[in-house]
Amino acid sequence: MHSSTKVIVGLGSCGMAAGAKKVYDKIAALKQVENLDFELKKTSCVGMCYREPLVEIIDESGSYLYGEIDENRAMEIIEKHIHQKSPVRDYVVYTDLFETPDRSFTDGQVKIVLRNCGYIDPESIEEYESRNGYRAIKKIAGSGISRLDVIQTVIESGLRGRGGGGFPTGLKWKFTNNNKSDEKYIICNADEGDPGAFMDRSVLEGDPHSVIEGMIIGAYAIEATSGVIYCRAEYPLAIKRLNIALEQARKKGYLGTNILGITGFNFDIVIKEGAGAFVCGEETALIASVEGLRGMPRKRPPFPAASGLWKKPTNINNVETFANIPWIILHGGAEYAKYGTEKSKGTKVFALAGKIKRSGLVEVPMGMTIRDIIFKLGGGIKGDKKFKAVQMGGPSGGCIPEYLVDTKIDYDSVNATGAIMGSGGMVVMDESTCMVDMAKFFLDFTQKESCGKCTFCRIGTKRMLEILERITQGKGEEGDIQRLEELSFQIKESSLCGLGQTAPNPVLTTIRYFRDEYEAHIIHKKCPAKVCKPLLTYTIDPEKCTGCTVCAKSCPTGAIDGARKQVHFIRQEACIKCGICYTKCKFDAIIVE
Amino acid sequence: MNLHNFTRLKPNDSLMRIARTPVKQAVRPQVPIDLSLMDPLISKYKGRKGNLIPLLQGTQDLYGYIPREAFEKLAAETDLKLSEMYGVATFYSQFRLRPVGKHIIKVCHGTACHVQNANAISDALREALKIEDGETTEDGLFTLESVACLGCCSLAPAMMVDDEAFGKLTGNEAVRIVKNIKIKENK
Ligand SMILES: Cc1cc2nc3c(=O)[nH]c(=O)nc-3n(C[C@H](O)[C@H](O)[C@H](O)COP(=O)(O)O)c2cc1C
Ligand code: SF4
Ligand code: SF4
Ligand code: FES
Repeated sequence: MHSSTKVIVGLGSCGMAAGAKKVYDKIAALKQVENLDFELKKTSCVGMCYREPLVEIIDESGSYLYGEIDENRAMEIIEKHIHQKSPVRDYVVYTDLFETPDRSFTDGQVKIVLRNCGYIDPESIEEYESRNGYRAIKKIAGSGISRLDVIQTVIESGLRGRGGGGFPTGLKWKFTNNNKSDEKYIICNADEGDPGAFMDRSVLEGDPHSVIEGMIIGAYAIEATSGVIYCRAEYPLAIKRLNIALEQARKKGYLGTNILGITGFNFDIVIKEGAGAFVCGEETALIASVEGLRGMPRKRPPFPAASGLWKKPTNINNVETFANIPWIILHGGAEYAKYGTEKSKGTKVFALAGKIKRSGLVEVPMGMTIRDIIFKLGGGIKGDKKFKAVQMGGPSGGCIPEYLVDTKIDYDSVNATGAIMGSGGMVVMDESTCMVDMAKFFLDFTQKESCGKCTFCRIGTKRMLEILERITQGKGEEGDIQRLEELSFQIKESSLCGLGQTAPNPVLTTIRYFRDEYEAHIIHKKCPAKVCKPLLTYTIDPEKCTGCTVCAKSCPTGAIDGARKQVHFIRQEACIKCGICYTKCKFDAIIVE
Repeated sequence: MNLHNFTRLKPNDSLMRIARTPVKQAVRPQVPIDLSLMDPLISKYKGRKGNLIPLLQGTQDLYGYIPREAFEKLAAETDLKLSEMYGVATFYSQFRLRPVGKHIIKVCHGTACHVQNANAISDALREALKIEDGETTEDGLFTLESVACLGCCSLAPAMMVDDEAFGKLTGNEAVRIVKNIKIKENK
């Protein structure tokens, strides 16, 4: 007889990076050697990345999610839970059966986009189908729902594009539908360029069919003849799983000709791998890249809806936008619009990262406050340090300071802070993050990624970066803040695409909320967060120094003097501020200011 | 834009041959490149619209970079122009015009990794491998690079060696991973 017990290992990129593959192999080996009676399965990321590797055991009594499982712990849970039928409570991070420390991570989450992530094997179309998969497109085919009715449902849902722009999806579909042509394209933007965001990767790895079904429905609505998924090459696992999913969908007739008996509905999808250029996330640059050209944005209008790929009407949406669509078609636009705020409907996935205890993926209704997301779901700041700011919107966004922690997350409230919703990356910063350094970090990024077409974006960002470099090296001058603001204004005004228009945002928001930190760097030549090394001075606390000589031995320039068992001393003129002594001293005797 | 150099490598014979030559400077490989490896690729994409990037990607998969001879072959056998190809190859950070090591180490310097001290990882690797960012070790085993985000931000700081990702790193841990690969290679 076959037991109904299942052991499921999370094999998303994050799980793999934490060693989940080894755990999977270990359990597979145990199962074989000991001839154990359970079904071993794989899934992708459930969002609890901070507890990876994750192993879920489902038996007659219920589901137990084990966290931080290495090979040894895997042996232990198999031995105790499977053999002796007694779950190892200490390693359980989530279950409905008893109280666990991570329960608050799920409080208030509503899973629409992530409805299958972590619940199904992403490489099995049957598992997707068993959870309402491809039911939406079947509903359209079965009840003969018209193209315009599909578009109307999406308009009613209030869904706005999740790629950053926030344009109403239904309206965009309507425009593309209005433009008649024998060839039309639908493109899924899976370029996910914001460094610090990973929700699109998780969806593609965890539930590729939901994106494909969303694209099929979109293709039906706008009468597209071909689809393209433009995925960044840094996501090899996502590309692999998409390829598997596409092949399965073709075999089952969800892609091909006269799909599900809808006469004349012929549609298939190809994957295009990006070649490493952030600007290719911008829709016109993306189209140029698919055409095999340098990815340079062009002037709009004409918008892609009128003239896009190969000059044909083209509709571009983000991964998360598409993943919402099947749910909306199945449950109705009004049901989706029940979630969220007046102008921002539905749910949004956020990628929590940085100095936060529980980094991972959460999906919450729009309108939840930053405080709830960071402190309730995210568990607060690592090491219980002081929360300083959260960066939203990546290189186009800004830093929202601690005192605005009660800001509601919707498009308009976030815009009012000077940041943007962006794609949903939230990088949390504590008191040890220097805001000038952060601004420099983003400018360095946008300056390198500027395509070079517009003078202000190409050269202006370089000039801003130079000023920020000076400031962080202790060579800031009076008037630098003003110069930064002027350049920002000019770049915003004179750039063609979103990259240039938003590149100054990280600088402007940090000046707005952390001006004192800029001034400390420029006027007092100090870095309050102790990040900008040239601004630090290293001295030795005579009270604490035991004269162990470790620092003197490790100083690369020999700047530290002192005899054994005598208080040591740093000669400032020889110190290159490398910070090595600080990391070496076991007695906390090195003072950094 | 070429500062975030990045590609995935499929180990194959010709690549290993290239990798064995010291490539710290832009040294041309001594072993002649087997251009016939490109024939299936060219017949697959020849004449298809939008084929330029897939052709370059396929070529790079074969050799680890795009040798000059490969550009010339593409120009001779397809309707692509050298200037067009060079323009595209230098626009995207994925493409390399120089040989690389057998293993590519990509240290993430995205936002999440930056705030969690990704610099320490790069510093430790630079010191251990005695190369700068973008360079290849004398023995041709490793090329060290920085990338913008690997999508493992929740496990920051992260790096990828070839197609395998590693998270929650420290400088020592990163060096240990690389040393283990080296030990395996020398066996
Ligand atoms: C510089 C730049 C980078 C962008 N990167 C992305 C991206 O990585 N993913 C994405 O979906 N949209 C990105 N966008 C937005 C797209 O141009 C486009 O608005 C979006 O894909 C439309 O889909 P949506 O309506 O579903 O959001 C970017 C825009 C700019 C200006
Ligand atoms: S704003 Fe910058 S990235 Fe955008 S088109 Fe102009 S130069 Fe290129
Ligand atoms: S390492 Fe610390 S305790 Fe030892 S000599 Fe240096 S400052 Fe003094
Ligand atoms: S920022 Fe390093 S993996 Fe995303």
